[in-house]
Amino acid sequence: MKRAISRFGLLRVVIFFGLLILVPILGGPVWLLNMLIFTVMYAALSSSWNLLGGLAGYPSLGHVAFFGIGAYAFAIMFQGSVGDGFSPFLALPVVGVAVALLSVPIGWVSMRTRADVFAIVTITFLFITQTLAFNLNSLTGGAQGKSVAPPPFDVSTYDWPFYYAMLALLAVAMGISFYFSRSKIGLSLATVRADEDKAHGVGVRVTAVKLIAFAVSSGMVAMVGCVWAYYVGFIYPQFAVDPLITIGMVLMAFLGGRGTLWGPVLGSFILVPAQEFFAQTFGASELYLLAYAAVFLVIMLFLPRGILPSISDRLRRRRLAAEGDARDAAQLSEVQDASKSPVTSEVAR
Amino acid sequence: MAAKNSTPELILQISEVTAGYGAGLILKGVNLDVARGEIICLIGPNGAGKSTVLKTVSGLLRPRSGAVMFRGENISALTSRERLSRGVVHVPQDRSLFPAMTVWENVAMGAFILSDQALLRRRLAEVAELFPIVAKRRSASAGSLSGGEQKQVELARSLMLDPALILLDEPSIGLDPRARSSVFASISKLAEDGRTVLLVEQNARSGLAVAHRAAVLEAGVVALTGTGQELLNDPEVARLYLGASARGPAETLAKSV
Repeated sequence: MKRAISRFGLLRVVIFFGLLILVPILGGPVWLLNMLIFTVMYAALSSSWNLLGGLAGYPSLGHVAFFGIGAYAFAIMFQGSVGDGFSPFLALPVVGVAVALLSVPIGWVSMRTRADVFAIVTITFLFITQTLAFNLNSLTGGAQGKSVAPPPFDVSTYDWPFYYAMLALLAVAMGISFYFSRSKIGLSLATVRADEDKAHGVGVRVTAVKLIAFAVSSGMVAMVGCVWAYYVGFIYPQFAVDPLITIGMVLMAFLGGRGTLWGPVLGSFILVPAQEFFAQTFGASELYLLAYAAVFLVIMLFLPRGILPSISDRLRRRRLAAEGDARDAAQLSEVQDASKSPVTSEVAR
Repeated sequence: MAAKNSTPELILQISEVTAGYGAGLILKGVNLDVARGEIICLIGPNGAGKSTVLKTVSGLLRPRSGAVMFRGENISALTSRERLSRGVVHVPQDRSLFPAMTVWENVAMGAFILSDQALLRRRLAEVAELFPIVAKRRSASAGSLSGGEQKQVELARSLMLDPALILLDEPSIGLDPRARSSVFASISKLAEDGRTVLLVEQNARSGLAVAHRAAVLEAGVVALTGTGQELLNDPEVARLYLGASARGPAETLAKSV
């Protein structure tokens, strides 16, 4: 059963990433690749946020601070020259690991709180970071912003490296999410999300596993920030540490389904194009924001736990109902050897 | 039973333990020796510190002073995880299952700290045999079970590490008489394999009837110890904890379990 699901899951991954890899090669309108860069960026951000907000149940609203820290790290490292243009990408893991380590004390302090208080503590961290970005003039250039040296990429394929870098980060974020869900880390996080006291009771290393989720999630978001800064070339505090980016990654995870592998991706692939489409349709007016909110409200109204969990719930309930009918018929024979046979078959799991 | 040996092996020694939350002290120098294989029941009024004693043994609360010795080792400073791996398992009073997980997953969580998958599977099979409900309701979410069923699953889960000492905090709370008697039957079964059970029970008559020995905790100290029968027959204990109206020969009380 589980083997079959994972084969199907692998197929899904291959098709999804295969198609996305082919997009630039097959060509298409310029706006498509541009929009895809931001869609994939949000998918990567949302998937990374999901490691903490979804799997561990700690809804951070300050994650864009790490995005900004990554962006500024890149701007500071590569303000002069980027060489052949590809070497900055090699620096990504360094920034990711550094920010992950930096985030540990922040996580340690903030995760002494839970739920709504945690959300407020992390949003405070966001504004502290933004204020620092405005005021540490020598480091960040303050309100004047800071630039990353432009890479010497060919004009016709200029977007490609950024696109593939974002895609790679999305793959890593999803890979981590998948690994977590199949490992003891994921099991630990599930118990933490359910009830930390109960988690302690069965011997889960609660603090350690929370910090792992926080650090990995922050480091991933920082790397996305790096690529973003490199792509846009010029960063300002209000855009690099933009509360809307935080809100975006959270909304997308909620929309697609918190704590699921594909939920954040699905949410991003709905909301980012929808936002673009509404911005096109309604032009410069603020109406597009209303339409954007309407999409979100409608989905939350009908699928309150997010798209994927609501759908899988419905499917499971239908299957259980069908199984229930069959079980009633088979009940008599089952009663006789109820206890042993299902145990041994499950053991083979 | 271990109690019948001439020199019973002490598995747990609580000596002069003080503990509390915040500023105040709940335990004010608790002394209690528990021999291997016995069921020992702690009774006492609300706030006497019965649950706190269990927490200092399982590691959910560190004692301020005094020592908790388990098999001759001072475990007072160890984390609950370390105590679990030494064979001390705590079944708390409030529902401790993960309601969204299935019964089977919950029971498997009892062996969370094990990394040996083969051992885990073997234990699951053993436990499922001991507690039929685990196999019967395996795929049901734990939250959908009745209180009595959940308690059975919690007891099953507590066996997953093959513990030497099981701490049970008011296992019969909120259960109807039938579920209660099946829980107490399970508790007797736990001790049959040489496990030691430290039981906190508000339902003193049932607790004393199942226990080999009992201790009365009052205002943070152990006021009285004796066999379950002795305490059941003690007029003072009867007056305070068994309810004056229900007084009668101990035999009938024991049968009412």
